[in-house]
Amino acid sequence: MSMQFILSHLNYWLFIILMMIGFYIVVARGNYIKKIVGLNVFQVSVFMFYISIGKVEGGTAPIFPVDMDIDPNVVYSNPLPHVLILTAIVVGIATTSLGLALIVRIREEFGTIEEDEILEIESKLQQEENSAEGPAMGGRA
Amino acid sequence: MELFINLTLFSMLVVTALAILRMRHLFAVVMLSSVFSLLCALLFVTLDAVDVAFTEAAVGAGISSVLMLGTMALTARHEKMPREFSPIPLIVVVATGAVLIYGTLDMPDFGSPDSPAQAHLATQYLTQSPTDIGVPNVVTAILASYRGYDTLGETVVVFTACVGVLMLIGGLARRRRKQGEETK
Repeated sequence: MSMQFILSHLNYWLFIILMMIGFYIVVARGNYIKKIVGLNVFQVSVFMFYISIGKVEGGTAPIFPVDMDIDPNVVYSNPLPHVLILTAIVVGIATTSLGLALIVRIREEFGTIEEDEILEIESKLQQEENSAEGPAMGGRA
Repeated sequence: MELFINLTLFSMLVVTALAILRMRHLFAVVMLSSVFSLLCALLFVTLDAVDVAFTEAAVGAGISSVLMLGTMALTARHEKMPREFSPIPLIVVVATGAVLIYGTLDMPDFGSPDSPAQAHLATQYLTQSPTDIGVPNVVTAILASYRGYDTLGETVVVFTACVGVLMLIGGLARRRRKQGEETK
């Protein structure tokens, strides 16, 4: 692995490291708001990864001069990833808001937003249901 | 120079992400996620994506922080003690990261002008949009014209999410009042 190869791929690896920190927050932390924040970290890292594919060495932002007098020697970066990611950011905030609304409802029903406690309450409810219905429902009493 | 700026921003991003991981005060977590978004916006500028930087700063650092603060006010301000450390998430994350990094080994060099992503559609958009549409900002031209249906679909998604949120928390105040009357 040459130095040149490492330098030209370093950006991708750094994005992946950020992505994995976000992923770790999602899977290892029990608080739902924190999970959503982790999901956002993951999501933005993917966006940066995608945008970095459209970057051209020595390029500039894909905006022409106002008089549209385009100099053919100017290099512009690829505008297509920018467009796709603009859409993705807006869709991302839509899903985030839906997730947060779900958290508010969960808190209303369970009185907590910690995953462990919710699982505990659920298994307790399940046990009560099973012992109430008993063998008639085929459940384990 | 560019590499230096990139690395500085990256180290700040990593520190912010690790701080998010460690903090248990949710207000600090939300503020740090806002900081994270602003740093990302800076990085987008160095990657020539100025439109994306604007949107990220407005939506990621602005709107989503407001939404999270609202949720925090309605739910909890502190994370409970984290569960005991378990190696499984760490193993999963490291394995996924290793696979992804293995996947990037085949990728073209960062910023190379002859990579496949630069080859076909991008040059077409860059050469034709001045005559086709005549808007100086190519990103706007693609977003509103070439890929207008995409943007329409995006609007549908946002509308659906709005309806979903309203249905989920719409009756919150009413239900709370009812509960209050029952306990009296």
